[in-house]
Amino acid sequence: MTYDAGHYDVIVIGAGHAGCEAGIGAAKMGANTLMLSMNLDMTGFMPCNPSVGGPAKGVVVREIDALGGVMGKVIDKTHIQMRMLNTGKGPAVRALRAQADKPLYITEMKKQLESQENLTLRQGMVERLIVEDGVCKGVITETKAAYYAKTVVITTGTFMRGRVIIGDVSYESGPNNQRASVTLSEHLEELGFEMVRFKTGTPPRVNSRSIDYSKTEIQPGDDEPLAFSYETTEFITDQIPCWLTYTNEFTHNIINENLGLSAMYSGMIKGTGPRYCPSIEDKVVRFNDKPRHQIFLEPEGRNTEEVYVQGLSTSLPEYVQKEMLQTIPGLENAEIMRAGYAIEYDAMVPTQLWPTLETKKIAGLYTAGQINGTSGYEEASGQGIMAGINAAAKALGKDPVILDRSQAYIGVLIDDLVTKGTNEPYRLLTSRAEYRLLLRHDNADMRLTELGHQIGTISDERYERFQEKKRLIEEERKRLEGIIIKTEPHVLELMEEAGSVMKEAQRASDLLKRPEIKYSLLEKIVPADIELPADVKEQVEIQTKYEGYIAKSMQQVDRMKRMENKKIPDIINYDDVSGLATEARQKLQEVRPLSVGQASRISGVNPADVSILLVYIEQGGPAKAANQ
Amino acid sequence: MQHETIAAISTPVGEGAIAIVRLSGPEAVEIAAKLFDGKALTTVPSHTIHYGKLIDPITGEVAEEVMVSVMKAPKTFTREDVVEINCHGGLVSVNRVLELVLQEGARLAEPGEFTKRAFLNGRIDLSQAEAVMDLIRAKTDRAMNVALKQMDGRLSRLIQKLRQELLETVAHVEVNIDYPEYDDVEEMSHNMMIEKTQYVYKEIEKLLEMAKQGKILREGLATAIIGRPNVGKSSLMNALVHENKAIVTEIAGTTRDVIEEYVNVRGVPLKLVDTAGIRETEDIVERIGVERSRQVLKQSDLILLVLNYGEEISDEDRHLFEAVKGLDVIVIVNKTDLAQKIDLEEVQKLAGDRPVITTALIEEKGIDELELAIKDTFFAGEIDGGDLSYISNVRHIQLLKQALSSLQEAMNGIEMQMPMDIVQIDVTRTWELLGEIIGDTVHESLIDQLFSQFCLGK
Repeated sequence: MTYDAGHYDVIVIGAGHAGCEAGIGAAKMGANTLMLSMNLDMTGFMPCNPSVGGPAKGVVVREIDALGGVMGKVIDKTHIQMRMLNTGKGPAVRALRAQADKPLYITEMKKQLESQENLTLRQGMVERLIVEDGVCKGVITETKAAYYAKTVVITTGTFMRGRVIIGDVSYESGPNNQRASVTLSEHLEELGFEMVRFKTGTPPRVNSRSIDYSKTEIQPGDDEPLAFSYETTEFITDQIPCWLTYTNEFTHNIINENLGLSAMYSGMIKGTGPRYCPSIEDKVVRFNDKPRHQIFLEPEGRNTEEVYVQGLSTSLPEYVQKEMLQTIPGLENAEIMRAGYAIEYDAMVPTQLWPTLETKKIAGLYTAGQINGTSGYEEASGQGIMAGINAAAKALGKDPVILDRSQAYIGVLIDDLVTKGTNEPYRLLTSRAEYRLLLRHDNADMRLTELGHQIGTISDERYERFQEKKRLIEEERKRLEGIIIKTEPHVLELMEEAGSVMKEAQRASDLLKRPEIKYSLLEKIVPADIELPADVKEQVEIQTKYEGYIAKSMQQVDRMKRMENKKIPDIINYDDVSGLATEARQKLQEVRPLSVGQASRISGVNPADVSILLVYIEQGGPAKAANQ
Repeated sequence: MQHETIAAISTPVGEGAIAIVRLSGPEAVEIAAKLFDGKALTTVPSHTIHYGKLIDPITGEVAEEVMVSVMKAPKTFTREDVVEINCHGGLVSVNRVLELVLQEGARLAEPGEFTKRAFLNGRIDLSQAEAVMDLIRAKTDRAMNVALKQMDGRLSRLIQKLRQELLETVAHVEVNIDYPEYDDVEEMSHNMMIEKTQYVYKEIEKLLEMAKQGKILREGLATAIIGRPNVGKSSLMNALVHENKAIVTEIAGTTRDVIEEYVNVRGVPLKLVDTAGIRETEDIVERIGVERSRQVLKQSDLILLVLNYGEEISDEDRHLFEAVKGLDVIVIVNKTDLAQKIDLEEVQKLAGDRPVITTALIEEKGIDELELAIKDTFFAGEIDGGDLSYISNVRHIQLLKQALSSLQEAMNGIEMQMPMDIVQIDVTRTWELLGEIIGDTVHESLIDQLFSQFCLGK
């Protein structure tokens, strides 16, 4: 017996990082959206490390912001410190990272959700989907409320059949002792979805007052004001430092002696863990020649004494965790407030999704976040906003939105997931992107604002500001190309200060191409009529300095796009295509790529198969076969 | 619409007196015109053939005497502009022509690509679709197999070694980027990077140099036939030539006309050389002494040492064995049609672990055995399909050249003090190009390397 609890365009199940962006994205598109969460006090909760951003991930946060998402705005208001990483390297790999105030982040996120037009928040645990003729029509909660919608987005994170393990203790649970969601996972299996078991882990949290910081190294935030969101104008100035210490041979001895008690090594855990997020047990075993490992002490917020012991993720018994901590400088008397644990959970095999994140089996059903086999708040949020946008687009009868690999890290992430799948929790790395130089954190707005405005998630006002920025950049670049700088004494002097030599007159733009010449130097020689905003200067400098490399990347993109633009009609039946290798045929049937470009990235599909497919499509094979 | 102009050798290599290099695509005529010394090909009527010379625009040297046919779209096989360059069928000539057109901007055609283009441009009827697909499949697979198998084990190992060097370097840079706080590795410096790239650059240059010298990969093995008078050297020569349709090429520019003959023995290209008259001078050892003849013989890649079954082993024979010590030799005991006088046990002793073949060339006996021994000597029985292997070699050379230029760009970047993550783009590209040679371009291996080389994570 259920009761009709309401009708919506889009329902989002879950209010974690993916869910929040999905809800906001759908609502901004103009869809009447419902968000259902098991616990409304946990919106945007961070069960793992208290930080947002970093290489690749930080770029994703900016991309989300450029598409109208909220992660950047929320962290800008709630961080305890922020740093720009990789400042000594090229512009493509610079990245922002913030340490988050976890409780504050939740509060601020809830505020964003509650103030969002078209968005309704409800507490409730979804047990089943309403599916008719292969189409998802709504959801049913454990309290028998039936909510109806045109599309549904599932973002259940690690909650599905979650199981927490500490040494030999194990119990059914979501992260941080919240309730696990068991029924929904079983229901998805009934519906025919293939699930996998993944694993991740967290370190213990200790009481700040029990730490002797004098034995550790301070890790302060940057002095200059930094922000993820292009809309942020107010900056937090009172930052809180993190601290660095190290494990040592005593720590490693304890781990080795107790290895049999670790859930990961005793065989209690069957799920696959991520290589890039190993437990301390893994680190000690796999790299036994390393005398020490870094441990970062990260405050979980301004109003709490809990400190996250980053680098010490473990599933050893609680008393071993205590012994381990006592060997680490600064943590000799550390008092554990929460023990570290490993968590196993169900995830969906992501090749069951279209690049819109809609499931192939059930129309109108979308999944995003850790349920798709990823790890990380940013990866979840990036999928969340795309799932929200596409769920809304479908509900409102608009075109789907798919980002390609040259447009955004989010595009790389989703394409990897739905094309290649993953056999461990997937994390974004800069090396996964072929066009890293184009996917910079400084140009996320240049790449995506236009699109955001077009689909309605970016306001007219913000769009106009963006247009103005673009105009200023173009004009300044043109100006520098038109100015010739002569070898006058004051110029040569300034050049020499910058460690540069100038033998003959040169175009200002050519001078800027030299690695040692900054825009700020040109400003002294040939100032612009008006004082340009810092982000405009930054773009002028990067676009000019790396012009050659950027052009080379663009050529590669053009080649990629040629294949990407060759669409594969959805009526294609791969059994009709003669000449395909068996493995390729099977993989193509499973992934059902939308373009020849996507097909070529499937492992097991070799160049001959791609040629055959191309020939078949160009000759109208699919239509012909369908007519027979 | 196809954007690129493709080129390939369209006749079986080493099997005809004339070989054809075919170009197809929008720049086919233009590329040929740049090389051609004769009529202006860009203005000649379609479907005409012209005599002239091919000139290397870089060196200005005359490369080949050729006949060039120009066929403009759409009445061509591919429905694109097509140019066919007819040249001498020798391995060197046709390879030189192909390299020149690639140098001027054509891309080496993939297996079956002309047919594919013909098909895509509507030249071939839809009913032939399946046949075409099978053709593409077969050609691609065969080419890949041959390319891989045919690759000398040493070359493949060397390329793998270079790739591993690059991969570790790239992984190092990636760790610096993705884990900026990870303190276990120092920041990759420009100095470290230039050292690595220079090393790999030199190695690739060496490989290309080898290819240029045309050892196994290109011109064929320099092969000398030696033996006392009357043991059957000429018959052996004729047998190999006759069986394998040798092509005689006159190489200009030398003071006297040296005749080189090319034969393709079961996939092994042989160049039967007249090295300082060794083949014709029957008493070489007597004439110039063991040590000096050794120096001469060392220039050969393969020596066919012929003995007479009907005579006892002489001191001359023993001197020959001494002169070829440490070289690749196949011993041929010829004239088994005569009564045996030779001591085969002694022959075996002198030959050591080198193959000994008995033949009666006059009766055409033992030729198969000899050919198999030649093949085994150089490919340890791993090679099949001689024609395609040659094309894949050109592909290898092209890829090596591309790898070299991409590495050059990385080095330019280092010199300009570009940030390491920018330099690394070209290093990664080099790694990918080398991977194409050995058929391995899986991107995932970088990520595997990252996590096996460094202890990363939170």
